[in-house]
Amino acid sequence: MSRLRGIPIQVDRHTDPVHERGNALPILHEVRHALERLIATGEGTQIDLNAIPFGPGDVDRLTAILGTGEVSATIQALGPTLIQETAIPGVWLVDYHNSEGERLAYHIEIATTPRILGAQPEDLATSIDALDARLQSGSGDQRQAS
Amino acid sequence: MTQSNKTLGESLREHGISRRGFLKFCAATASMMALPPSLIPSIAAALEKARRPSVIWLSFQECTGCTESLTRSHSPTIEDLILDTISLDYHHTLQAASGDAAEAARTEAMKANHGQYLLIVDGSLPGPDSNPGYSTIAGHSNYDILMECVEGAAAVIAVGTCASFGGLPAADPNPTGAVSVMDLVKDKPVVNVSGCPPVPMVISGVLAHYLTFAQLPELDQYHRPKAFFGQSIHDRCYRRPFYDKGLFAETFDDAGARAGWCLYRLGCKGPSTYNACATMRWNSGTSWPIESGHPCLGCSEPRFWDAGGFYNPLSVPTTTSGGTLLAAGVTGAIVGGAVAALARKQVKAEEADRQPVTVDELEQKL
Repeated sequence: MSRLRGIPIQVDRHTDPVHERGNALPILHEVRHALERLIATGEGTQIDLNAIPFGPGDVDRLTAILGTGEVSATIQALGPTLIQETAIPGVWLVDYHNSEGERLAYHIEIATTPRILGAQPEDLATSIDALDARLQSGSGDQRQAS
Repeated sequence: MTQSNKTLGESLREHGISRRGFLKFCAATASMMALPPSLIPSIAAALEKARRPSVIWLSFQECTGCTESLTRSHSPTIEDLILDTISLDYHHTLQAASGDAAEAARTEAMKANHGQYLLIVDGSLPGPDSNPGYSTIAGHSNYDILMECVEGAAAVIAVGTCASFGGLPAADPNPTGAVSVMDLVKDKPVVNVSGCPPVPMVISGVLAHYLTFAQLPELDQYHRPKAFFGQSIHDRCYRRPFYDKGLFAETFDDAGARAGWCLYRLGCKGPSTYNACATMRWNSGTSWPIESGHPCLGCSEPRFWDAGGFYNPLSVPTTTSGGTLLAAGVTGAIVGGAVAALARKQVKAEEADRQPVTVDELEQKL
């Protein structure tokens, strides 16, 4: 992908209204329904943008309408995952990349926080042991220093 | 190489992959399998317990384009796929071994995983009644190798239009008597992942589906996975709104083409073609043929090489020009019949005039 980016040709994304195909609008309505569900029941929703037959410029149009919110985060696990809150509270963009910078998946997640961002219960199960190991290692270092 | 006893979850943890990394892997897998993100928890639970299957990959009358396609699959990368999620025990192009050592690896994997391994085939092969000498490996005919490998396979995945439907080698006049895998394999499940080449993520997606759920995906009438081949290119095309409005590009450089209008009149086979290009895209999700301004060739459909000119609209007889068709449409069905008769006459004349080329003549020219 990095080599593709190196080609000095840019695709004309047709972001002007003349080329509007109307493909972003149905997704925004789906987001609205998901927000209603989140508010009423607390149930979150993920929408896979890779599964939507968007044309050039449609994703840019969609994200431009959603805007940019207060929170952005990067997770480093099997490559970077970029998380961006949109200007609509509860609507997040979660962009999964591999270690070579290629996009693996691109989701809109409607939730209080994206699922992948919080500490995972399976990892928490090992956290006390991990801390204990560091405490023992740290106290050993201190004894050696004194 | 034998089947690993470790589950995928155990293997990933041993490599220091965190739960977040695992969830990300599952999100990519769901996207790859064309499944909704709501299934990610189920996929995670299934992948946690999955054991990597042994895979034997046979290449027959093919151009290696299908392997080239797979090695450009980015979700997950082929390295991940090979090393972590499948045990690729035999593949001419990718394996380090050659000659007797390669054939020994195949035999050993077949014995160790009898009844459990996945057999992947790319390329068509000369049928049992054809001259086997058209395509052999280590002195054995493609037909004999296929039948030997099928016997102990759990399922067969035909990758590419050649393996699925005969493809280019089977195009008229089919000099090698090429047939598809499903023409020969009747007693094992056959999955056709057609395309010339197939979308790389579709190849990976079928493997990931088997890995995740330990069963093959639901198939259509041509044995293709419905998750990827369930909808036509036309129905998923972002240019469909232009078709519905009657806005068509008439040439490759007119105002309609520049405005991104529908390519139907330039020969697009999207309405009769079932594939996942519109959503999966190519080159790491960069684009796909129609987005690049070229009509769909219909490469995932049976006999697409013989289905007429790539640039003839679907409703146009294959051997007539657009001008002839227009005239026929104006003057009615009688003339339309005459056009068809003209086309048949033209084909017969070409067949009568065709001069076979001998090996001696070819050598003289060279």
